[in-house]
Amino acid sequence: MPIEVNGKSFETDEEGYLADLSLWEKDLATAMAKEDDIDLTADHWDIINFLREYYEEYQIAPAVRVLTKAVGKKLGKDKGNSKYLYELFPYGPGKQACKFAGLPKPTGCV
Amino acid sequence: MAVKEFEKPILKEYTPIPELVEEATSHLAPFKSKEEFQKSLGYPGELVENWQEVALGKMGDLLKKYRSLRVYMDSCIQCGACTDKCHYYLGTKDPKNMPVGRQNLMRGVYRKHFTLPGKFFPKLVGAVDLTKEVLDDWYSYYHQCSQCRRCAVFCPIGIDTAEISMAAREIMDSVGVGQKYCNEIIGKANKIGNNLGLPKPALADTLEGLEEDVEEETGIDVKFPLDVKGADVLLITPSADFFAEPHVDGLIGYAKVFHEAGMSWTLSSYASEAANFGMFIGSYDNMRKLALRIRQAALDLGVKRIVFGECGHAWRVAYSFLNTLAGPFDFLDPRYPVPQHICEVTHDLINKNILKFDKSANDGKVITFHDSCNVARASGMGDVMGGQFSLPRDIIKATTNNFYDMDDDTIMEKTFCCGGGGGLLTDDLIELRMKGAQPRMEALKRVVEDHGVTHMAAICAICKSQFSKAFQYYGFELDQIISLHQLVGDALIMTKK
Repeated sequence: MPIEVNGKSFETDEEGYLADLSLWEKDLATAMAKEDDIDLTADHWDIINFLREYYEEYQIAPAVRVLTKAVGKKLGKDKGNSKYLYELFPYGPGKQACKFAGLPKPTGCV
Repeated sequence: MAVKEFEKPILKEYTPIPELVEEATSHLAPFKSKEEFQKSLGYPGELVENWQEVALGKMGDLLKKYRSLRVYMDSCIQCGACTDKCHYYLGTKDPKNMPVGRQNLMRGVYRKHFTLPGKFFPKLVGAVDLTKEVLDDWYSYYHQCSQCRRCAVFCPIGIDTAEISMAAREIMDSVGVGQKYCNEIIGKANKIGNNLGLPKPALADTLEGLEEDVEEETGIDVKFPLDVKGADVLLITPSADFFAEPHVDGLIGYAKVFHEAGMSWTLSSYASEAANFGMFIGSYDNMRKLALRIRQAALDLGVKRIVFGECGHAWRVAYSFLNTLAGPFDFLDPRYPVPQHICEVTHDLINKNILKFDKSANDGKVITFHDSCNVARASGMGDVMGGQFSLPRDIIKATTNNFYDMDDDTIMEKTFCCGGGGGLLTDDLIELRMKGAQPRMEALKRVVEDHGVTHMAAICAICKSQFSKAFQYYGFELDQIISLHQLVGDALIMTKK
């Protein structure tokens, strides 16, 4: 199902993940989040931006530990944990945040 | 995420046998595999034109190759012993999720095309043609079986529905109807070495991060070696152990055990996956291809032993089939079983007094243990009967002060599946997964209420991920599911710097 944003149409897979991640833009993330009833705040963007940077370097989303550690370093230890990430992305930081960031869905036993 | 609303089961003291609701979950079917994933596994990209002919040909092959399948088709007396034993039936109320109902989907076609009475008197023996509707039913209901084999424990004949589901999935793959979740993942493991598609640089970075974390926490330089030639032990663990929580705490536990025992070990970037989804799709060829990566890694790194981390079905493949799939392993040290489970390693080290624990480190927790289906019903551990049940429990008791088992009918060989096994741990089946988790959640709720259990330990990556989701759904906390080796790692007294 394609998503329409700013008059542009973005192809996604059956689960709503962006088909071509090079086409990602910020308004698309906002629109995807809205569909999940989430208003993206600066806290969400910190995570989304980190995911995109990590993916750029490693061609995969970061492991949860890598993510929580990076968040902890940047935002303080009280936020460097899964609970904080789940508060932001209730369906799981790995899957929901990846979707908003335009990354493919992590596969496997996760 | 957009998940269609469905009725939430209410947890009761015991799981009641529900009244039947015909076609209750006939709407559930996982996403179909795309052409590219199908082709990479050697299957047609989409439903082939002469699919009936191909499917029946494949079924005939499988009936010859696996005598068990023919016995299962022929020998059911429809006694009903299995009917209320499947967690998916208990959770969904759909009679086609009764094990016999699921088997009959194939049995009808078998009778029509492979038995004389079915050819001449189809109506008398419930024989049916393989129509598109039947194929659709197969796709739906053979993907509502987690191949957990609980029904087989209660079947007086020993019919194994898991094998029937595997055969059905292989037949469907052979006509171009595959499941996205499994087949995409097998493709990734073939290409990159693990189900996640975690490339070596990312794996190395993740492991380095874990070394920093453990050092920061304990002051001890515990290594997480990768691709170290000449190491004694090759650890094959599910890639979820690198990626997800609570899995990673188990990996930290294994590393602490190896460190404290002074064992040299390594992970492999080429074989960075224990899981073998080839089994879920019933494909010997795909299962073998994945297993051969482990052999290759062991040869390339020159290790002496192979040890498997906490992964349920991987242990079935490893324990029961690894030698015939990828053996002989005559190049490994013959003093150790090939392969070994991490629980066997830890248990042995505890018995030899090499590992010592401060149980009070886990005093904040009251533990119960979830037996994972493939470990419980398709493998063994150690050199004692039922070791797959006793070894993990021995380890828990050595590392904690508070342990309570769940109800007898829900543990050991009668354990209930987590609800996400057998290649069903995918978001498109979330309704099935949550409903299928009901019996386990009810058993857990009872020990929570009766004994104040705070955490459930498991030794399977699928179980851990499934429970992370199911716990939140049923009102428990996300972090109440833990890796068994987290308990080990947290209580282990580290004496070596």
